[in-house]
Amino acid sequence: MVEAVKMRKRRHWRKDTIGDRIYYIFTWFILILLAAIVIYPLYFIVIASISNPDAIFNGEVYFYPLKITFDGYKRLFDEPLIWSGYLNTIIYTVFGTAFNLLLTIPAGWALSRKNLPFRRVITWFMVITMFFGGGLIPYYLLVAKLNLVDNPLSMIILGGVSVWNVFVVKSYFTENIPSELLEAAQIDGCGEFRSFWHVVLPLAKPIIAVMVLFYAVGHWNSYFDALIFLSDEKYFPLQLVLRDILITAEVTSQSGGSAETIIEQAKIANQIKYSSIIVSSIPILVFYPLVQKFFKAGFLVGSFK
Amino acid sequence: MNSAHLLEDNTSKEQLKPRKKQSNFRKNWKLLIFIIPTIVYIFIFAYLPMYGVVIAFQDFAPGDDMLSLNANWVGFANFTRFFNEFRFKQLIVNTFMLSILGFIVGFPLPIIVALLLNSLKSKKASNIFQRIFYAPHFISVVVMAGMLYLFFGEYGLVNNIVRALGGSGTSYFLKASMFRPLFIFSGNWQDFGWSSIIYLAALAGVDPHLHEAAIVDGASRVRRIWSIDLPAILPTVAVMLILSIGNLMSVGHEKVLLMQTGANISVSEIISTFVYKIGIGGGQYGYATAIGLFNSVINVVLLVIANLSTRKLTGNSIW
Repeated sequence: MVEAVKMRKRRHWRKDTIGDRIYYIFTWFILILLAAIVIYPLYFIVIASISNPDAIFNGEVYFYPLKITFDGYKRLFDEPLIWSGYLNTIIYTVFGTAFNLLLTIPAGWALSRKNLPFRRVITWFMVITMFFGGGLIPYYLLVAKLNLVDNPLSMIILGGVSVWNVFVVKSYFTENIPSELLEAAQIDGCGEFRSFWHVVLPLAKPIIAVMVLFYAVGHWNSYFDALIFLSDEKYFPLQLVLRDILITAEVTSQSGGSAETIIEQAKIANQIKYSSIIVSSIPILVFYPLVQKFFKAGFLVGSFK
Repeated sequence: MNSAHLLEDNTSKEQLKPRKKQSNFRKNWKLLIFIIPTIVYIFIFAYLPMYGVVIAFQDFAPGDDMLSLNANWVGFANFTRFFNEFRFKQLIVNTFMLSILGFIVGFPLPIIVALLLNSLKSKKASNIFQRIFYAPHFISVVVMAGMLYLFFGEYGLVNNIVRALGGSGTSYFLKASMFRPLFIFSGNWQDFGWSSIIYLAALAGVDPHLHEAAIVDGASRVRRIWSIDLPAILPTVAVMLILSIGNLMSVGHEKVLLMQTGANISVSEIISTFVYKIGIGGGQYGYATAIGLFNSVINVVLLVIANLSTRKLTGNSIW
């Protein structure tokens, strides 16, 4: 009899009505279309970076690289600022992310504890900053006052904590650290600090991975702080160097020169652009799949109260 | 007797309350150590600049003491100057258009994508799609803007395709009318997948028995989405709605600055880029701060209204 019920259930699962079949065809169509729209531009950059610039210019390159050449990469690597920018960005990202974690994980842990003194006040103190701020100019003046202008330390210290991330960590701890476990640890004589280190942190690996990804990508990708706070090229992060290659050149090249030289220059410039996009994105491409499986840990709403 | 006992208990509890609080502090003050560095950091980097908004009411020059009574106080002069600014209307319209159009496309899209992904029978396929859809989120604004210049420039991929199909090419960055579509399209291209995660997480919490029961009752897939999945994510939708309305007037300057050209400046100059230019570029600190303050006040008002009305309508709110 149990078998019969199972069979019936399965039949219900298996047999789609015509309406459902149309729905699934429609859904798959939309999703595949979206996937193509996402993938194709990225794929095109890869093949364009190793194709002959004339072939791209003439509109021959669409689906696979033509007359493969690595000139774009060679020219890019001749640019000394790419190397220093790369190194600077690695330094800013590693130390900046470490600083972020120090300010985010313990704070999230404290907020997740019901018996944290002044818990409500602290929560409001932090939430307010998500919706109201002094704005760009007072921020700039403050950074100047702290002697962080033209100081590479600013790239590590600024953006030290995202309140949103603190709440994400908090809700992760609330959901995933049973209070019995903590009580047991404390009965065993673990103080607050030892239980944080030996009990909580080992269980927090997924959320730490997600935070490392969020913050590290933020550091890797940011250009604006560097644009307003740094003026010495030797401290420039990669994104600021990229900005010169990808955008400043583009905006200024629209004036002056004969049509032919402009086109010739544009061909070479574009080849460098394609390869610079690839080179700057490689670390993220490597890092992203490793952390991808933890993403959902980082997304729980309703963590304000 | 019982009730008398209860009463007695209550009064004694009330008397105990203050002392209890104190003992909670005494017992758990160590927890504060975990969060004090963060509080100090937020105080310095978020609250001190808030204090700095006083220069919105001053004719401030670098080196001035912004808190002294001798500072050059000018009242609301900076604000009236902004309202009389010949670009005032243009700035407001540009900012508002960019955010409202972005919101109309960008808010429902992740919800639809999450519902579609969640309805797939194959979990594996759903995961592969998710992996693809999240990827563009990690592209930096500089690279994103660079890609737009490459693809939509005069000799870019898009024009090549248009020419191959028999059309004639144009440089999209030299056309003011193309700025908003490009900005919004690229923003959604980057983030529709990423923004859907939060809804997917909510959908993962739906009890599968609900779906099984609905199937037995003969509900179609579309019907189940409408009557089971959609109500399940409604609280999340409400919270996200409040948050995005609260940020309606704060279109980030980072990508806009990168996409500005002389040709599209009439539609691409928004409040935040204007603040950057006259403040950091032009050194008019008081004036720039006043504009920034005006912008944040609008945001706060929008947030409060959105929160109140959502609470009235759906019972969900962020505070």
